[in-house]
Amino acid sequence: MTTTTANSTKDEAISNTQSPLLEIRNLKVHFPVTEGFIIQRQVGVIKAVDGVNLSVNPGETLGLVGESGSGKTTIGRAILKLENATEGQILLNGEDITKSTGNRLRDFRRRLGMVFQDPFGSLNPRMSAGNLVGEPLKIHGLTTTKSDYKRRVAELLKIVGLNSMMAGRYPHEFSGGQRQRIGVARALAAKPDVMVLDEPVSALDVSIQAQVINLIKDLQTEFGLAYIFIAHDLSVVRNISDRVAVMYLGKIVEIGSRDDIYNHPKHPYTQALLSAVPTANPELERNRERIVLEGDIPSPLNPPSGCVFRTRCPLATKECSTQVPELQSVSGNHRAACIKGDWYKSDSSEHESVSEEA
Amino acid sequence: MSTLLDIKNLSTHFNTSAGTIKAVNDVSFELREGETLGLVGESGCGKSVTALSIMRLVPSPPGRIVSGDVIFQGQNLLKISEAEMQNVRGRDIGMIFQEPMTSLNPVLSIGRQLREPLELHLGMTKQQSLSRSSELLELVGIPDPATRLKTFPHQTSGGQRQRIMIAMALSCEPKLLIADEATTALDVTIQAQILEIIKDLTDRLGTSVIIITHNLGVVARYADSVNVMYAGKLRESGSLDQVYKEPKHPYTVGLLNSVPTLDLDADVRLQPIRGEIPNLIDLPKGCAFIDRCDYAGQKCEESEPELEEVEDAHFGACWEHKRVSKSLLGITS
Repeated sequence: MTTTTANSTKDEAISNTQSPLLEIRNLKVHFPVTEGFIIQRQVGVIKAVDGVNLSVNPGETLGLVGESGSGKTTIGRAILKLENATEGQILLNGEDITKSTGNRLRDFRRRLGMVFQDPFGSLNPRMSAGNLVGEPLKIHGLTTTKSDYKRRVAELLKIVGLNSMMAGRYPHEFSGGQRQRIGVARALAAKPDVMVLDEPVSALDVSIQAQVINLIKDLQTEFGLAYIFIAHDLSVVRNISDRVAVMYLGKIVEIGSRDDIYNHPKHPYTQALLSAVPTANPELERNRERIVLEGDIPSPLNPPSGCVFRTRCPLATKECSTQVPELQSVSGNHRAACIKGDWYKSDSSEHESVSEEA
Repeated sequence: MSTLLDIKNLSTHFNTSAGTIKAVNDVSFELREGETLGLVGESGCGKSVTALSIMRLVPSPPGRIVSGDVIFQGQNLLKISEAEMQNVRGRDIGMIFQEPMTSLNPVLSIGRQLREPLELHLGMTKQQSLSRSSELLELVGIPDPATRLKTFPHQTSGGQRQRIMIAMALSCEPKLLIADEATTALDVTIQAQILEIIKDLTDRLGTSVIIITHNLGVVARYADSVNVMYAGKLRESGSLDQVYKEPKHPYTVGLLNSVPTLDLDADVRLQPIRGEIPNLIDLPKGCAFIDRCDYAGQKCEESEPELEEVEDAHFGACWEHKRVSKSLLGITS
């Protein structure tokens, strides 16, 4: 494994001394919308991801939050090349994934793992737990002998807290939490460097959710994995992430360290999101002021001009409909995109926000 | 405040080929006028079946209300005829379901569906019900209600649909509103909108509310009192502060320690409840929580604890309730 030293270097990595493990540069994923039966013509385009820059360091967890339709899942899928990028680059250790095919793509995918949201839909019901976990080993030729394969499958099941005796059982014989553990074991099998976790706990009951969150955290410590943790639950993201990016309608509106985002949110959307989360503390809830946003997230087919958030923003003025805000530094690596922010330099000639320097 | 709803020893069972599932097992609680009660628990704990039993909507077969009384405004809902019950549903008790897409009829316009309870229960004419529907949509924050009345459910977003459900549930100004996971499928900002609308409207009408959810945060924000259910039974019940600050059942403690919250230390390690929910067909002889409990002793194995008053109006069903305490997460160390 290439990142065994990741934990000791984690802090340094965050403070910018290491080149990022995964880097996303100006990623755009657009979906054409067509009309017509035989002769199809394009009538529009959904900009699911529109110009996103991100980076992940070894051993680090980057949380990606936003509401449905914000493009967070599409980014996750684009990283594994389950969606093709329309524009931009996704670099893993400096090599571009977006153009790769065949064996090179297979090698990339070995270094990337993915855990999906739905533990009921993401496991083939006709494959036993052992085969599900072992499949990546076979595909990537990671075990040579049958006994080696069996030993490794048993080991993987044990790592995620399942009994190796359960290898012969099928998905329907497991509970939701156990199935998600199988999903994690499967993602871990090929010893990836980066794992994309797309809403891994949102389908689970609260008591089981906490078990899986703790498992995910322990695995990171043990194997030095880097995580991209996609979720809409802001409390869960805070518990697990080192850095957090907040997305809205295909764009990152704010990104920074966990404490930057949760303790000093700058973008009005981040502020509204945080105030919308009810906390299990009655005393706090009684005295809390909350910002209730009006309306729904606009249709991605026809996004608002200027700032995409302006239709729901309490601070929006005329300027917001003409000026597209860029991500600008609030302090250090904490960046937000709002022209109403006091840190925002509207006439800045240098477009420093284009590349994100981790 | 007088008692609006009094549930006594309610039991609802489901007969399956594998055995009888006691989905609701001897549940009793009261709801006062104007009170908002949170009914919390995980999937399979019986919270939704409790609501369906109140509404007499338990699918039968396989379900059956085996025993108990549901006294609503002095009338036992389990004893009245189906025709009388139809007058209670929608007029006196409104209900909002989790998935608004499946609870709205896809082939009828929104206007038609909104008008139905108004004409049926309040005897309005078409003219009256049309203008009232329009007012109702405006009340729940839907822009351009007159046009919206002519549209169909698939033409609206999830948040809008849930607003329409609220408008429909509150259209006859019911005495009781049951919201069964009404905001679970929605994004947080939309969830906040919907919950604010429910709170605002029910405050204005003096409606009692039962919020059924697994989200402890939603209950902390909107409820006055809490009932915690586990494996078909009430395990704890009390005011919001009593249950959240000094929980008396190990399951409540486990739930509170399982959820990460924004007010605690970010690096705190969650303390999940170990194991999984027991099989409802084959429950342990003693306490149903025994296999997951840190406090379990000899007595817990032998007999099932009943709900008893542990302090003023705070009930817990645990033999060891004196020892149970919420370790202050995040504040230690």
